[in-house]
Amino acid sequence: MTRPERLEALHRLAERRVLVLDGAMGTMIQSLKLDEADFRGERFKDHDRELKGDNDLLNLTRPDAIEAIHREYLEAGADIIQTNTFNATSISQADYGLQALAREINRAGAEIARRAADRFAEETGRPAFVGGGLGPTSRTASISPDVNDPGARNVTFDELREAYLEATLGLIEGGADIVMVETIFDTLNAKAALVAVREAFDEAGVELPIIVSGTITDRSGRTLSGQTPEAFWNAVRHARPFAVGFNCALGAKDLRAHVAELARVADVKVSAYPNAGLPNEFGGYDETPDQTAGHLGGWASDGLINLVGGCCGTTPDHIRAIAEAVKAAPPRTVPTVPRRLRLSGLEPFEMQTFHNQAA
Amino acid sequence: MQPPRIFVNIGERTNVTGSARFRKLIAAGDYETALEVARQQVENGASILDVNMDEGLLDSEAAMTTFLNLIAAEPDIARVPIMVDSSKWSVIEAGLKCLQGKGIVNSISLKEGEGPFLEQARKVLRYGAAVVVMAFDEDGQAETAERKADICERAYRLLVDKVGFPPEDIIFDPNIFAVATGIEEHNDYARAFFEGTRLIKERCPHVHVSGGVSNVSFSFRGNNAVREAMHACFLYHAIEAGLDMAIVNAGALPVYQDIPEELRERIEDVLLNRRPDATDRLLETAESFKGDGAKTKVADDSWRELPVEKRLEHALVHGIADHVETDTEEARQKADRPLSVIEGPLMDGMSVVGDLFGAGKMFLPQVVKSARVMKKAVAYLLPFIEAEKGDGPQEAKGKIVMATVKGDVHDIGKNIVGVVLQCNNYDVVDLGVMVPCARILETAVEEKADIIGLSGLITPSLDEMVYVASEMQRQGMDLPLLIGGATTSKMHTAVKIDPAYAAGPVVHVTDASRAVGVVQNLLSGNARARYAEEIRAEYRKMAEGRRRGRTDRERITIGSARANKADIGWGGYTPPKPATPGVTVFEDYPVEELIERIDWQPFFATWELKGRFPDILDDPKYGEAARPLWNDAQAMLKRLVEEGWAKPRAVIGFWPAQAETDDIRLFAGEDRKETLEVVHTLRQQMPREGGKANLALADWIAPAGSGVADWLGGFVVTAGPELEARAREFEEAHDMYSSILLKALADRLAEAFAERMHERVRREFWGYAADEDLSNDELIAENYRGIRPAPGYPACPDHTEKRTLFRLLDAEARAGVQLTESCAMWPASSVSGFYFSHPDARYFGLGRIERDQVEDYARRKGESVEWVEKWLAPSLAYDPDEERARKDAA
Repeated sequence: MTRPERLEALHRLAERRVLVLDGAMGTMIQSLKLDEADFRGERFKDHDRELKGDNDLLNLTRPDAIEAIHREYLEAGADIIQTNTFNATSISQADYGLQALAREINRAGAEIARRAADRFAEETGRPAFVGGGLGPTSRTASISPDVNDPGARNVTFDELREAYLEATLGLIEGGADIVMVETIFDTLNAKAALVAVREAFDEAGVELPIIVSGTITDRSGRTLSGQTPEAFWNAVRHARPFAVGFNCALGAKDLRAHVAELARVADVKVSAYPNAGLPNEFGGYDETPDQTAGHLGGWASDGLINLVGGCCGTTPDHIRAIAEAVKAAPPRTVPTVPRRLRLSGLEPFEMQTFHNQAA
Repeated sequence: MQPPRIFVNIGERTNVTGSARFRKLIAAGDYETALEVARQQVENGASILDVNMDEGLLDSEAAMTTFLNLIAAEPDIARVPIMVDSSKWSVIEAGLKCLQGKGIVNSISLKEGEGPFLEQARKVLRYGAAVVVMAFDEDGQAETAERKADICERAYRLLVDKVGFPPEDIIFDPNIFAVATGIEEHNDYARAFFEGTRLIKERCPHVHVSGGVSNVSFSFRGNNAVREAMHACFLYHAIEAGLDMAIVNAGALPVYQDIPEELRERIEDVLLNRRPDATDRLLETAESFKGDGAKTKVADDSWRELPVEKRLEHALVHGIADHVETDTEEARQKADRPLSVIEGPLMDGMSVVGDLFGAGKMFLPQVVKSARVMKKAVAYLLPFIEAEKGDGPQEAKGKIVMATVKGDVHDIGKNIVGVVLQCNNYDVVDLGVMVPCARILETAVEEKADIIGLSGLITPSLDEMVYVASEMQRQGMDLPLLIGGATTSKMHTAVKIDPAYAAGPVVHVTDASRAVGVVQNLLSGNARARYAEEIRAEYRKMAEGRRRGRTDRERITIGSARANKADIGWGGYTPPKPATPGVTVFEDYPVEELIERIDWQPFFATWELKGRFPDILDDPKYGEAARPLWNDAQAMLKRLVEEGWAKPRAVIGFWPAQAETDDIRLFAGEDRKETLEVVHTLRQQMPREGGKANLALADWIAPAGSGVADWLGGFVVTAGPELEARAREFEEAHDMYSSILLKALADRLAEAFAERMHERVRREFWGYAADEDLSNDELIAENYRGIRPAPGYPACPDHTEKRTLFRLLDAEARAGVQLTESCAMWPASSVSGFYFSHPDARYFGLGRIERDQVEDYARRKGESVEWVEKWLAPSLAYDPDEERARKDAA
């Protein structure tokens, strides 16, 4: 299928059922117990810094391992697999001295996922889509790194925009179907990414669906930068995303109320891929596939979501159980929201309209 | 009477072009103080913060970036959206790069032609902001209505059609220019704005209109009274024409109706360009309003010239908090020690308030506002007093410990009494709501209180008060005990509470304005004993009279009463089946829908302002107190809506039901096999004549075995706990007035919500009156089919039926409303009840019931007779204690 054909199929399927996203990439890579040599491969054997832990670099040095993970998720029932590019911006790669390779890593990440999706589609006749992932980077544009200087910033909007532009171009070149701005701690980072994504579309001459996925960091029910779910939605709605949602940080149980809030206010599709519960004292995740799927199945039958998957700690078994749990439920109906001027700071603002009682 | 249409207040003090103070702070790099300016704006109710750094000597881009980054670190400020205000695009873009939320760009225009306009608009859209567009094109600013509309329509088409800009994110600023300048061409500027606004709203769907109002009065610089009156008149007409938001100092805005007729007429002549000599006539009038402040109440600042003591008095009497800290500081510097300020000018001012109140020249809302000013002044002085390590303030006239009793959550009345007493220099220790007896008494001892005051709104609280009284007796106390609150009565106090506390005086206080007199009498050394005796004698007489009266009041047996039940011809009747059976939950219900339906009369009654609404606003006696209260209520509702304070919630349900004598059995399914719950109702036992029935609510549900399938509904609605929390914040900030105001509004919202839900139930969810179309007055008059009686109220006085209702609806989990042990609902601003659909169903009062029904009821509920007697105490036709005593004696 060509990309336009795939996108048409994506929109058609999304009207019919709840689409399934894949699960954690990091958890799967960890389980492979790769060593420094695997990360370096031939190409980086003389690099001057430790590279173990730079998961995104595996797109260049162990593409076989990444493709195998994608394959597992597709077989488990994922409709959309996300590229292994969470940390592939030049800003995050600078930690490894590999900032110059950002575009190449993104392109390779998209190519691997594309290959896995196309092979799977060819073999099974089931369409599979590639979500090009844009992570939050290791820096935040609206939070000071220095407690004594609240006005200080260690990254600017324009630096972020440039890094995201380069990454997005790589993802488009590699064959991504969807752009996923995800794990958003700081909405200002995401807004820089959304400007960059539109610039990349202009430059590449395509327009892909966008998924915007924020992260509620704790039970306060706000993003790390302090926004409520509705304020977050008001701040990103201008990007006209295909879907908006939340992922990471919380398990399904704690995330539900926030996703429900988005489902109420957002007049686009809603996505969610929570962690497998909250981390235990060793940083691992204990929620079983049945438990996660039990929660998410409930969300689907309550009509809260259109796309659902897993984040940290979820495995192909989780995705299999989730896919099974949501398959019978109809997708959430996108509500018609009255046209109002909606703004936000950390909290939402909605221009009220009143009947003029004097009239 | 023009109900204010709600428009958005944009904070304007963080603007270097509009505020000299802010400009100086920014120029000096004092961002910390500049942040305080922003914080105050938000605290004072700005829904949006305008930030402008356009100053020739500043690096505007850097100043904008620094200031917005600092704001981002202040959650109290950053919670509202930012309006990035600059005439330079580079500054706007720098600002947009600092906003994680969605702000507003102010502004862009067609001044430089379509090319730059489109480019800037596309960028604004990508950054994700709304936009203000000035009515300005290549030929200059639009002055006539037609040109304003033409330019805006052209901009609208470009934005919507070419850029894909959402029309609801477009805000037009059609230019407000100065009028009454003496230049003839300027005479039509204001009228052109109104007309232009109307045309823009017609031609450009979904857009908003905004403007900077202070321009219009530019000719009257130096005469703030006239300027502010002009702003108020301008806004009145502009809002009518469709203005949605305005940059205006809302704090300095008089109420349109309050502007003296003569001034208002002449201002409107100018604004509406009604006569050629309008400007001259206004100038002439303006002169007379300028020097002589006594002539107008409009922003009359002349009191600021009085000596500081008189200024403090003025601020206290008029409830003006604006300058109180400055004045208090001035008084402190004059005084030998900080304490003297309280004992001197502040207490003097408060006694003027007390005198005026006593003389009926001030009313509760005004007194509560005075208290707010007083608290602010005292809070200001406290650190100085502590630093001095001096004694506390002057010995108060007495100390009163007050509490809403255990199991009850209602405290508006108690809070008002507390404030009134404080205003009269009594020391009040307020223990809040749901206070157990032990804590009240312990506190009274620890604090060496002179009086204890108890408050309660629901009937079970009466019993608790009797208990507190008996405990006081047991512990050998002799402090006076005050009883107040909606459910209390002189009769109950006389019959039940007074006898339980023989050791000390018990006084029922009917309303807040009486409290001071009662307390004064009780604490005056000489008069006290006589006063207490008089009261007690009166109560004894009442109690005696009642005992005799009751024996005359005949009751019929429950059997006879049942035989005379309401005669419903069930044969020819099919009860409507609900459109949505089962339970439905409503979260975050739109509060605007409720505001429209508020019944205002009880709101004013809360403040002891009695009269019909809206007539009360013009009432010769109460009007002067009612109008500011009304304005404050509207302002608070506006904030409540704009800032999303309230999240009203409701849960409703309908279940298959059949009556079984006086009970109503509810079923899990329509097969009516599995019982869900049984609702118990009570029947009138007074003798009936003229074919009147002895009613029970169960009469309007088809009996089991009638072959008629019937339904019962139930509901719980709440204004939500968010408002309780907000009221507490006001209290913590020493603003009791706002706290009481908010609670009173929350009660009204809950009632309006119950009314609205009932309407929707009739029309949609039960759906038996889909065509009903009643005005708000008809709704308040209850001209509709079906009733929604509440457990604890006259038709079914048993509060414990709420427990059944709450189980049925799972109301605690679904609506967040909890029942206390006395079956009071928390949050207090909640309403619950059952829905009956039968056309004959009507509200009635149960009256008093006899022991035979109580025994039968106890059996049906599976509780003891004593238990029922306790919960139904106010509805008993007999005195269970006396009956038992008689039995024991026999």
